[in-house]
Amino acid sequence: MSSHQATSGNGLNAEQLRNSLASIAASNGIRRWDLGAACSTDISVQVDRGEPKQMKGAQRSSITVRVWNDAGLVGVTSTSDLSETGLERALTGAKEASAFGNPDDIPAFSPLATAPLATLDQPIHQPQGILRLLDTLKGAEQELLARHDAIATVPYNGLAERSSERIYLNSDGACRQQQLSTASLYLYARAEEAGRKPRSAGAVRLAYGASDLDVAGCIHEAAERTISHLNYAPIETGRYTCVFSPEAFLDLIGAFSGLFNARAVLDGVSLSNRDSIGETLAVPFLDIHDNGLHPGNIGASAFDGEGTPTKRLALLEGGVLRNFLHSEATARAFGVSPTGHAGMGAKVSVGPDWFEIGTTPGSDGGQAGLDRFKAGEAIVWIDSLSALHAGVKASQGSFSLPFDGWLIQNGEPRSIEAATVAGDIRQVLKAIVGFEGEAKITPDGLCPMVWVEGLSITGEA
Amino acid sequence: MIAAAPPTTGVLDSHWSPALENLLASGRAAGADLVEVFLERTDHLGVLAEQDTITSVTPAFGMGAGIRVFLGKRDGFVSTNDLSPAGLRRALEQALGMLGLATSANGRSGFDGLPALRDFAASKGDWLQRCPQIQEATARLLEGTDQLQRQGSHLQARRGSYARDWQEVLIAASDGTFGRDIRLHQSVGLNVLAADGEHRAGVGRRYGTSDQPDDLRRWDATASAAEVCGSAGTMLYADYVEAGQMPAVLANRFGGVIFHEACGHLLETTQVERGTTPFAERVGESIAHEAVTAIDEGLTGGAFGSLSMDDEGMEAQRTVLIQNGVLQRFISDRAGELRTGHARTGSGRRQSHTFAAASRMRNTYIDAGPHTPEQLIASVDKGLYCKSMGGGSVGPTGQFNFAVEEGYLIENGQLTKPVKGATLIGEAKEVMPRISMCANDLELAAGFCGSVSGSIFVTVGQPHIKVDSITVGGR
Repeated sequence: MSSHQATSGNGLNAEQLRNSLASIAASNGIRRWDLGAACSTDISVQVDRGEPKQMKGAQRSSITVRVWNDAGLVGVTSTSDLSETGLERALTGAKEASAFGNPDDIPAFSPLATAPLATLDQPIHQPQGILRLLDTLKGAEQELLARHDAIATVPYNGLAERSSERIYLNSDGACRQQQLSTASLYLYARAEEAGRKPRSAGAVRLAYGASDLDVAGCIHEAAERTISHLNYAPIETGRYTCVFSPEAFLDLIGAFSGLFNARAVLDGVSLSNRDSIGETLAVPFLDIHDNGLHPGNIGASAFDGEGTPTKRLALLEGGVLRNFLHSEATARAFGVSPTGHAGMGAKVSVGPDWFEIGTTPGSDGGQAGLDRFKAGEAIVWIDSLSALHAGVKASQGSFSLPFDGWLIQNGEPRSIEAATVAGDIRQVLKAIVGFEGEAKITPDGLCPMVWVEGLSITGEA
Repeated sequence: MIAAAPPTTGVLDSHWSPALENLLASGRAAGADLVEVFLERTDHLGVLAEQDTITSVTPAFGMGAGIRVFLGKRDGFVSTNDLSPAGLRRALEQALGMLGLATSANGRSGFDGLPALRDFAASKGDWLQRCPQIQEATARLLEGTDQLQRQGSHLQARRGSYARDWQEVLIAASDGTFGRDIRLHQSVGLNVLAADGEHRAGVGRRYGTSDQPDDLRRWDATASAAEVCGSAGTMLYADYVEAGQMPAVLANRFGGVIFHEACGHLLETTQVERGTTPFAERVGESIAHEAVTAIDEGLTGGAFGSLSMDDEGMEAQRTVLIQNGVLQRFISDRAGELRTGHARTGSGRRQSHTFAAASRMRNTYIDAGPHTPEQLIASVDKGLYCKSMGGGSVGPTGQFNFAVEEGYLIENGQLTKPVKGATLIGEAKEVMPRISMCANDLELAAGFCGSVSGSIFVTVGQPHIKVDSITVGGR
């Protein structure tokens, strides 16, 4: 084992990494390479009725290197071993893998890998330490338990701090580096009344440091949501107008983000195709942007896996598809610029950052649709969706998902015992009635409540 | 105290004894009840073929350590990629600090040293070399996508994927645990997207084994492609299922995901600790129909969830969970035994060194019954036949759901038209008593299970079973 490591107690050493890689590459006849590296230090706590349940710490480091061989083909290797030995093995492994590179889809360095980056307002917080986290979480659990007699446990809870750093380097001289501190809190309570089924709900908060977490808001939201599900009843199977919470609608759009994904289009597994730009996919008052730079996106990345700057990108404007998300390779295939949504690999993945969903400027946001809605008609409020990994057929457009929510009749909400909502995303986008309320910032994006007509609900009544 | 240097061979074996003993003694001297060190090395290869081209080859390798310290019923866990003496010492001290403990030069450890290594890997040293290398793996995958092309119709996308995961582990604890093992998991999958106008059907199958270096060589690409293309062809024009309550017959193999999700997770001691299982106080009581006997074991040769020892160094066992409907015992790990009193079952498992082990399933299945599959179908007037299941999940109140990938209506005891879009929904304690018939065709299927200690290799399984009534979500 070498004594030289590209990490230290303080994180990655970009200069040392570059020098090590350049040296190893030269000695192995490798002229073109790039690298993505990340390291992090995490601590987290969980509690159980006033006692620490699990306390965890982790120091992680990893790199992915890509190598272009003399035939121009690309190979990749990943490792958590950042010793000189590990780096050499990674580079030579990537060179070996390059013999199997795809000649029809060769990634290149992003032309924007040295372009200026946006300045993000991301204050770096010093970790509070595990014992303070423990005290905070014990207090939060105690307060949540005291909110209602029926709340007996908070079986899923956690408070975590993370300090992380990521780097992108390439043999043409690009050097990206970003440091970040984040903290997260989740409280998921379980409530049960005599002779009734257990009910559960929760809340999550993110911040740049534990001291900035909205602990009181998280307790309040977890308590209110849990209590609101105590009075439950089954729902009749049928078609309903549904109101998606911002979180639920963002989950749905995220599950079908292949609609906007150039990689999926090129692979033939998207609902869109190369000619879909300019097509009307949704009601004329819906805008969807991807904006990883939004200040509400805690932990935003300034650059993607290829070093391309993150930016705000219009996906749908007035219901019309405007752009796809791109990596360098897909952008080249479409004759556009990379959009800052790439991962890193021999075959580069593409994915969204953070959605902004809302009303098309100049439209009424569907107010006319909301106004024609008859008072007294039953409405299903979908608060949260679950099991998206199992219930979404992204390449087919269909979904069938369990949800927590309420049936609202004559303005009175009553929790739904157990139900699923099913539909087709293309129909959903065209069946949006309107938006309600101010757009809310969530961990996945910004969105108001979204009304959708005619969705199929299966209950156990 | 000066840390003993770890060996420089790169192999995890008994040469690590001095370094590990040093760490364990330090932890005990600091006041810990028990200290456990989990070391691992990994070597992964992933290959992806799309249409008739290899589009991705992704080798990866790594190493790391997870150190866990117990004091009373509490524990602290720290993981690190740094296996240097200083790195391991730093991780130990951080774990001790979580429990209010600190290393001391003067403390008495009460630790007598490690015994001889129990080396389950002794005969497995050449496994990695015996596996197909990149060239061979790519050729086999392209054979698979070629077979899809030959056997399918309306195929818009064809994919084959292969994953080989090799892991060497060395586990030492201050209670005298000292074991080494090598694990090998390989899986190969075929996926298609069929499209014809507005009709679309995505179908995939994955096959996996453990500890069989020649597995990919023995893979029957033709038969796998036939299964995938047959299902896609059937489902392409299928109507959406009508929602409602109805009886269902679930096919064998991956149909066992119903038991895994609906009941298996609720029999893990992690759920007892959280108070999220309705079965916590019901050992010895009837929780399922008397037709149901359910097993969790780590012994079946070549099965995806089999293991020589668990991630806490305990040999695998065969654990009868439910016998004729009566709950027998829970799946337990070290922390589970400590906190719930349920004895360990060799089920302490984790994805990698970055997770503390937890009680997790291995090969979990409903045992075979006396009936034929045809008898189950014939007993249903109107219901759903679930030939192929997708994934599923269970929520914190025990409510489960899982997707039906390939379904058929049962009408008057006969399979009729194919249907898609079905989701099965229910609660374990309500559904388990409704599994009224089990067929005689038990088969296992490989899968991945994500939970508190990460994503692990498991097997689900069952014979054909009949559920008298279940909620089917649809349109």
